[in-house]
Amino acid sequence: MNDKYMSRLELNHVSHSYGDVSVLKDLNLSVNPGEIVVLVGPSGCGKTTILNLLSGHIQAHSGSIVREGLIRTVYQHDGLFPWLTVSENIAMGLRSIPDIALRDKELAELIQLIHLEGFENHYPHQLSGGMRQRVELARVIAGDSDILLMDEPFSALDYQTRLRMRRELIRLLEKRPRTVVFVTHDIEEATQLADRVLVLSKRPATICRELHIDAARPRGVTDKAVIHAMEEVLKELGLNTTDTTEG
Amino acid sequence: MIKSRILSVTLPVVVLLGALLVWYLVAYFDLFPAYALPSPGAVFKSFQEELETGRLANDIVASLWRVAVGFVTSVILGVPVGLWLGQHLHARNAFVPMLNFFRFLSPLAWIPFAILWFHIGDKPAVFLIFMATFFPLALATMAAVASIPTIYFRVAKDYHYKGIDLLTKVTFPAVLPQIITALRVSYGIAWVVIVAAEMVGCQDGLGYGIWEARNGLRLDAAVCYMIVIGLLGMGIDRLLAQLTKLPGVRWGYER
Repeated sequence: MNDKYMSRLELNHVSHSYGDVSVLKDLNLSVNPGEIVVLVGPSGCGKTTILNLLSGHIQAHSGSIVREGLIRTVYQHDGLFPWLTVSENIAMGLRSIPDIALRDKELAELIQLIHLEGFENHYPHQLSGGMRQRVELARVIAGDSDILLMDEPFSALDYQTRLRMRRELIRLLEKRPRTVVFVTHDIEEATQLADRVLVLSKRPATICRELHIDAARPRGVTDKAVIHAMEEVLKELGLNTTDTTEG
Repeated sequence: MIKSRILSVTLPVVVLLGALLVWYLVAYFDLFPAYALPSPGAVFKSFQEELETGRLANDIVASLWRVAVGFVTSVILGVPVGLWLGQHLHARNAFVPMLNFFRFLSPLAWIPFAILWFHIGDKPAVFLIFMATFFPLALATMAAVASIPTIYFRVAKDYHYKGIDLLTKVTFPAVLPQIITALRVSYGIAWVVIVAAEMVGCQDGLGYGIWEARNGLRLDAAVCYMIVIGLLGMGIDRLLAQLTKLPGVRWGYER
């Protein structure tokens, strides 16, 4: 039903500015099918702008963007429709399936996948933050989506829930592989999830470091590969613990 | 919990009985002449009279009918107009000053026109109710639509909601809680306006009843009508408030 290898996502020499403020400068980015790319960088560096360009919500001032495949976005919060129940929200992702019986089967499977059995008829405001984000995840992987854009999806959650949600995401992606572009300011999160971490510079953003992490997932916070990668990223951002003079 | 619930029921009753007692005492000691302030007993008697002749029931039906027709018409027209204006910035810029102008124009100012255009009967009152409620409803709906968080439209785009689907499955449910609030407010306006509207262009109705009581110097009957108007208004608002309990709109009141 879903073929993640159909997806293509590229930014070629993309520049963008808001008024006089240049946000992106000559950015090149190519995301491989099935890959998890995580963008980290100082706040306000244009991470969200990159996602908006990738999704097509804004148009780049110069450069070209290639998109192939169905793209869906997970937001930090409030992405669910509050007037729809958990089931109805997830079913949005299954709208393209014409067969109702098949749709119901898919829906039941997705709800089981995110462990929200019994909450089908709850509304988002009746759920905890973590449960809401799980519903969002189920919704974006429902049906025939190819590419997931994630705009700090776990940032509004408490630390322990955040840890659990990272595991959850990896588990879901194992069952239903997708191409993922994930934006976060959380370096730990980036190194736990990513195939490739891209460290962005301050405005105007360019990619100042590309870091491949090959360790198998799920990765623990204290895994060697994670800690090593975190050190690298911190160094790149000038935030290394041994070097606190700059700030 | 139980204590506060008992209080929430008993306190209003106590206040009400207190007010009745004050009224009774003022009348009992003749602080005002009886023709200027009827006693509770006199009002109760005229209540019985009005019920027996069937006039009160007839007036209630007449008023409810006029408010219903005028109000429903303005909901049917005002809400779609508001939805449309909310989605189109230029249309909004073009129409809002005029809509605001009419909103602040008391509907009673239309009375001369209402009578000239629609003569006597239900029509002028229905027209006045419409004029009183259309503008606030359209403006409230418009403001609600204009303030829908953009994230909903982004999500809608991701999931291919377009055209009528977008309107009925995203825009409308997103503003429904605010529309329900606007309905309650504008219904309140309608119920206030109907009394004045019926004083001039009608031969029956609750407003006409008060007017006739005045003409016959029967203030006891007038008070009896006033009580009915107040109670009916409250009752219908309670019915409209039930709309806020619909599961698909609860989010709008609980966040």
